[in-house]
Amino acid sequence: MEPTPEKMTNQSKKDPKEAFWKPEGIPLVLASSPHVTKNTSVVKIMWSVILALLPASVMAVIYFGRSAVFLIVVCVISSLITEVIIRFIKGQSLIIKDGSAIITGLLLALTLPPTFPLSSAVIGSVFAIAIGKQVFGGLGYNIFNPALIGRAFLQASFPVPMTTWVLPFVKFDGISAATPLGLFKFEKISTDLLSLLTGNIGGTLGETCALAIIGGGLFLLILHHADWRIPLSCLATVLIISTGFWLVNDREFANPLFHLLSGGLLLGAFFMATDMVTSPITPKGTWIFGMGAGVLIMVIRLFGGLAEGVMYSILLMNAVTPLINRYTKPQIFGEKPK
Amino acid sequence: MRHQSFRHGVHPKEEKSYTQSKSIESIPLPDEVFIPLQQHIGRACTAIVNKKDEVKTGQVIGKASGFISSPVHSSVTGIVKEIGLNMNHLGVRIPTVRIQRTGDDDWQYLTIPDNWQLASSEELNRVVFEAGIVGMGGAAFPSHVKLSPLLEKPVDSFILNGCECEPYLTCDHRIMLEQTDKILTGMAIIMKMLAAKQGFIGIEKNKPDAIKKMREQVKAGDYPFKVVPLKVKYPQGAEKMLIKAILNRKVPTGGLPGDVGVIVHNVGTALAVTEAVVEGKPLIKRVVSMTGDALHSPKNVEIRIGSPLNYIIKHCGGLKEEATSIILGGPMMGVSLFDLSIPIVKASSGVLCTRHPQKSSQEPGPCIRCNSCVSACPMFLLPNRLARFSEKEFYEESDRFGILNCIECGCCVYVCPSKIPLLQWIRVGKFIVNENKKLAAS
Repeated sequence: MEPTPEKMTNQSKKDPKEAFWKPEGIPLVLASSPHVTKNTSVVKIMWSVILALLPASVMAVIYFGRSAVFLIVVCVISSLITEVIIRFIKGQSLIIKDGSAIITGLLLALTLPPTFPLSSAVIGSVFAIAIGKQVFGGLGYNIFNPALIGRAFLQASFPVPMTTWVLPFVKFDGISAATPLGLFKFEKISTDLLSLLTGNIGGTLGETCALAIIGGGLFLLILHHADWRIPLSCLATVLIISTGFWLVNDREFANPLFHLLSGGLLLGAFFMATDMVTSPITPKGTWIFGMGAGVLIMVIRLFGGLAEGVMYSILLMNAVTPLINRYTKPQIFGEKPK
Repeated sequence: MRHQSFRHGVHPKEEKSYTQSKSIESIPLPDEVFIPLQQHIGRACTAIVNKKDEVKTGQVIGKASGFISSPVHSSVTGIVKEIGLNMNHLGVRIPTVRIQRTGDDDWQYLTIPDNWQLASSEELNRVVFEAGIVGMGGAAFPSHVKLSPLLEKPVDSFILNGCECEPYLTCDHRIMLEQTDKILTGMAIIMKMLAAKQGFIGIEKNKPDAIKKMREQVKAGDYPFKVVPLKVKYPQGAEKMLIKAILNRKVPTGGLPGDVGVIVHNVGTALAVTEAVVEGKPLIKRVVSMTGDALHSPKNVEIRIGSPLNYIIKHCGGLKEEATSIILGGPMMGVSLFDLSIPIVKASSGVLCTRHPQKSSQEPGPCIRCNSCVSACPMFLLPNRLARFSEKEFYEESDRFGILNCIECGCCVYVCPSKIPLLQWIRVGKFIVNENKKLAAS
């Protein structure tokens, strides 16, 4: 190092025990820059998502009454308990500061039909948290949307209750209905747009009131807690594809607005696909993600055996997200295009 | 109009009200100054004075070694007490000359041309070099190097940087208001040296009085400069972002502004150029923003290079009880100080005295891939990825993802909701990638 060993004396002039000049007793804190951060946190983001889901949840309760309340409560509580137990097993802190388990429970409940048995809903929530999230390492490490994993599991394990619907305001007396998508696909019966918008239709808890979902979704977008590119690309793709088919044959294929407003598309586009952990990290990647989901949704809806394809489409796009991330690295400022 | 901004960036709270409207004050000359022999990027100076030598104000005490180096001068008139190692703000031991002041200034002026407008660029460059002028915005790069462009990379535009995008700092703002003439003269001198065809002055819109004053003086002096008000966004004052905003040119990765025909200088540097070329005074003083909520009397002070920080703090009323974090520079890129007896050097633009925020000592959470950092990074990097690479020691990958392009602005850490130390990890990664490159090259 430097040769001259003479040490400067301005520092050692002070009391050797107190090497720093400072007000009595207050040590100086050292940190690496930057020294300020924005007033944001994971907790704030999670709770804003829960807030955004409130309108849809409230509408679900209005339309389906007590069963909606029970389903939501049961799913949320089982998710929380599962999370606490697994954290205990892992030796992590049991204080669940972020609301991610609540969101998983709430979203899962919103994908269930109102008549779904509560016991099965518990199993679904446990599966969603344990296998959908914790097995991968917990928050931030999961590849698939946990709520959708839970739903996929329930669809496979309890296919009949998962596809049994009722209309709103109806007491459960065994008369089952069908969702608008199901009605169109299997019976070619259309549903009017007003019903779709307000939600006076059969479907899962979160599939009903389009306005409530869109309102909550926009709230998230404005706060920048959801990437606007995903719902935009997903819905635009659905719009374009459905318009194309409808123009070719408007008897065989439903009109674009119907596709946009029915099924789990809006809930999926605004709340499932935008799940931060499972969507791409690059701007270009999010466009591809949304478009891919849109294409898959339409393929399943138009040509698949099921009436609704949102869940599987998003899960499939989650699966290819690491691949998308790898190949959509943004161009660095000043980088020469290769 | 070319008033577009750059993309991404963040909006920290400006906090300029502590010192924005306070005129620059002088404080009594300190009894002792400590002049480090390295206050710039490049090689350290070699001392050319000895113990017990008498030195005048402005006398060279450290000779530049090599082209990328800059001489240092005594900032007071006095006697050399000792030459030894002193710790700088980064904890690195630097050879430093300690001078005891014996009285008022007895100047040793530079040799300057009679009329700079008739002098050659080489002559002006010599004066800038001998004056020890380095980038006053914080980078401390020797200015004479920047102002001697290569023949194969001609400069057509010069940008004067009056942005001062860091929160709290207001020294540039005040000198734009109070030393407007000298700054504009400096800009004219610089443009002559570069043979630049167009000149721009970039000022953020949160300084409307400075924009107005500069505009008026440009008009009054009939200068061919253009004052460009810029959107208030951090880091607008970073060279690459400034060039993008004003000229819409992107400095290539691994390159310099000269590669796109532009040179950028801080307003303080322009001021120093005038004082050197027109008045024959080397760089021995600067304006520093002493600010923060834990300082009794925040103010903008003009101090001599080498003044100990605790001396200046005393003249600002001293620290309050709650002062636990003293930062040299602004809150986004400044350095935490561990010892307040360090001397103020050429590139120290401000000192922020505040209470350390307790929240930042929390454990960082997992990355939730919210991509706030990706949306904030002005260099279009993937900070979450780069930090993860550094953490897992995947240095090859981090190099491929462009870790060396990071300008360490801190935008990523600012926005992270999980409070992950992204930039801190990236710094580690950059260091090791550079070390590996050096090893590979040798």
